[in-house]
Amino acid sequence: MSDERTLDLLEAKIEELRQLNAVEGIDLSKEIARLEEKLQHLRRKLYENLNDWERVKLARHPKRPYSLDYLETVFEGFYELRGDRVTGDDRALLAGLARLDGRPVVVLAQQKGRTTEENKERFFGMPRPQGFRKARRAIELADRFRFPLISMIDTPGAYPGLEAEEQNVGATIAESLQAMAGVRVPTIAVVIGEGGSGGALAIGLADCIVMLENAIFSVITPEGAASILWKDKDKAKDAAAALQLTAERLLALGLIDGIVPEPLGGAHKDFGKTADALKTEIVRRLSELSALPANELLARRYARYRGIGRFVLAPIPTPDALPPAVDAARN
Amino acid sequence: MSLFKERQYLRIRVDREADDSLWMKCKACGELVFKRRVRENNNVCPSCGEYFFLTAAERIDSLVDPGSFEDLTERIVTDDPLAFVDSQPYRERLREAQEKTSLSDAIVIGRGTIEGVPLILGVMDFRFIGGSMGSVMGEHICRAMEAAMAERRAFVLVSSSGGARIQEGMFSLLQMAKTVTVRRRLAEAGLPFVSVMTYPTSGGVQASIASLGDILIAEKGALIGFAGRRVIQQTIAQELPAHFQTETFALERGQIDRVVRREDLRAELALALGFFAGVR
Repeated sequence: MSDERTLDLLEAKIEELRQLNAVEGIDLSKEIARLEEKLQHLRRKLYENLNDWERVKLARHPKRPYSLDYLETVFEGFYELRGDRVTGDDRALLAGLARLDGRPVVVLAQQKGRTTEENKERFFGMPRPQGFRKARRAIELADRFRFPLISMIDTPGAYPGLEAEEQNVGATIAESLQAMAGVRVPTIAVVIGEGGSGGALAIGLADCIVMLENAIFSVITPEGAASILWKDKDKAKDAAAALQLTAERLLALGLIDGIVPEPLGGAHKDFGKTADALKTEIVRRLSELSALPANELLARRYARYRGIGRFVLAPIPTPDALPPAVDAARN
Repeated sequence: MSLFKERQYLRIRVDREADDSLWMKCKACGELVFKRRVRENNNVCPSCGEYFFLTAAERIDSLVDPGSFEDLTERIVTDDPLAFVDSQPYRERLREAQEKTSLSDAIVIGRGTIEGVPLILGVMDFRFIGGSMGSVMGEHICRAMEAAMAERRAFVLVSSSGGARIQEGMFSLLQMAKTVTVRRRLAEAGLPFVSVMTYPTSGGVQASIASLGDILIAEKGALIGFAGRRVIQQTIAQELPAHFQTETFALERGQIDRVVRREDLRAELALALGFFAGVR
């Protein structure tokens, strides 16, 4: 988003004028008001019609709030529980206890780094087997003490590397999924930024999935899809559109339950407002789910996931037997 | 998926020779071999022992008692919910795969017996878009487990898949959640699940249903892993050992229970399932 820089410059200019206004005693308020109006106009123009690739970039924006930011605002008293009890502690997937409106909950949170140093520690937010094993441990804790489980998803995907494969990262994802499928408490997953493939889904098999407005959730990164299907890494923009990975599209496809609105320009433009909206949403969803007895919760979760898939009967696989290309949700 | 073409570490290659020729050239040893002998030999090269792909039908034939297999694969096809187009429309890709394989998607499920032991069997077919898992495969895997529960039979899944089917986007990713959810119920019902991993068992299939068997058996020549060699090298440029993600690699690291040669798989399954005969 090259235009974002222009907006930032304009914003800085306005701030400069404001300070001048206060110090020099010259009346610049008219000028300021005019510029602010212009800024608002440009912002709307830039952000109201984001294409999917711009949305991907916004979901990965370096200034975007990360899990720990929400842990400090939406929740109270995050009490981190570290380590998988086998080989280590993953800093890209955090687990712990916290309170939500005073009520104890278990939190799973994927965490990216802000600085190079932090990213080294957090593997750019890509969890390893240590993280998925820790997640499973936390899910079992939630089950044992009947604490609701809240997941915050923000990862490009599971970390691809020799050590991860040696520790069977795929199986640790499968086991985290299986634990989530059976946990006898309400579960809510929130995609706050990037929902990257199996590494994201591992903590996402929940009773309710909500996404921030500019978050994405995808089976593969647009870059990965571009290189496999288009054989051309530069087709990531096309892949982003084809994958239908935005919150809006996934809601229309019936795969998620809700969208939490963000301020114009993204969550980082007004973090307080975003966090408030997210908290309201989680609290509301949790109180709905908490009203259900555990067996009904599990029955609903089973029905939800058992029912995911789109297919039709096709007697003979001949060229003409395929159904026409109609997508009701899109029309 | 073309993901697996042209890779020099490939240990098994798709047989692309025209079907009417009597001879084929083994891509591993270069030997000209009589096709019928290859077929009679479970698609193993009679000259060098290289494994070629088995179609789902060939795999089923090689495992079940003759005449015992009843196909339960309903002819459902995805309705292409994303109307996906890459270098080619997904519908076209599907049609080509259907024409090539006479299958509606990349898996066949059914009931049968192996040395008299009743079971529900699911077998993936790599020729069909790399054996990738979309809505239809996820549905069939779930139906197979449901049939196993209804009939109190064991469930055996033979995987050969590059992972989730990209063209169905999040519907594909969520098949991981779907199959795992039903697998849980199978466990609660007290029925055994033997997962057989062949070349390749990777990505979203390995990170869900395939890894959750009560017993994990790898066929010799299998590839087992989540992120492939190319993805790892492109992302972090890491040196990887030559036997990376082979059945030996997996066995040495405690990821699977047993490694079995193709010709022994039938007897192996009969042996394994025999232990569970009493629990039903």
